[in-house]
Amino acid sequence: MTPVLFWTFSGIMLLFATLVVVNRNPVASALSLVVSFLGLAALFVSLDAFFIGVIQILVYAGAVMVLFLFIIMLLDLRAEGRRKVNVPAVFGGVVVITLFVKVLFDVCYGFQGGRAVFPPIEHSAHGDVWHIGMTLFQTYKLPLQVVGTLVLVASIGVVLLSKRELR
Amino acid sequence: MVTLNDYLMVSGLLFTIGFAGVLLRRNIIIIFMALELMLNAANLSLVGFSRFNVQNGLPDYNAQVLVFFIITVAAAEVSVGLAVIVALYRARQTTHVEDITSLKF
Repeated sequence: MTPVLFWTFSGIMLLFATLVVVNRNPVASALSLVVSFLGLAALFVSLDAFFIGVIQILVYAGAVMVLFLFIIMLLDLRAEGRRKVNVPAVFGGVVVITLFVKVLFDVCYGFQGGRAVFPPIEHSAHGDVWHIGMTLFQTYKLPLQVVGTLVLVASIGVVLLSKRELR
Repeated sequence: MVTLNDYLMVSGLLFTIGFAGVLLRRNIIIIFMALELMLNAANLSLVGFSRFNVQNGLPDYNAQVLVFFIITVAAAEVSVGLAVIVALYRARQTTHVEDITSLKF
């Protein structure tokens, strides 16, 4: 991928991620999050991870965000009114974030191995879905079953949480 | 040319934005969305390392399978979390974290 496209999509992703945090209206936040996920999917495609890019769009920009918007509109959340700002908490948050960014820059610029460009890959006849499927069903059979059980338990738990009377 | 460091930097900045959302916002749904941003930042750096670790002309697919599992678990987590938020709203009629202090010591 050319640097122009990389920086364009990174810029879109980071800009809309910032809008998620800055917006006061939850619906606007959720829609910004969709655009941010689309930019992230483009970055995945730029890393030759086509399958991950597609399920990013299907699962996150599709299913998860529909769920978020549904809940926001079900609860009828308006833009929140201004409240008294808890100054020590905000100050502490800003200090922690600044230190975090400083550590991030130090680590990234001190990491010599990351200076190299990406090595070329052969585009095999099978495509990456085939390779991921083979890895998943040959090496990670048991984790796949465990994750399937986890999703089942989660859906049962959601039904139980949504019952009117919890006993 | 784009290097691995660029991807790691973008991923770290995305994580920082999500972190800022968790620390600074008080609406529980926005906090939850910021959590999703942080999960996705981790996914981006995983896929970056997978593309960088080329063996026999192929990227490391173990990392991409890990990303697949993370996305699955994140979807389950979102459904449970939103159900908890709905139950909380039904009990308290608020999504503001400063109004929910029953567990505060």
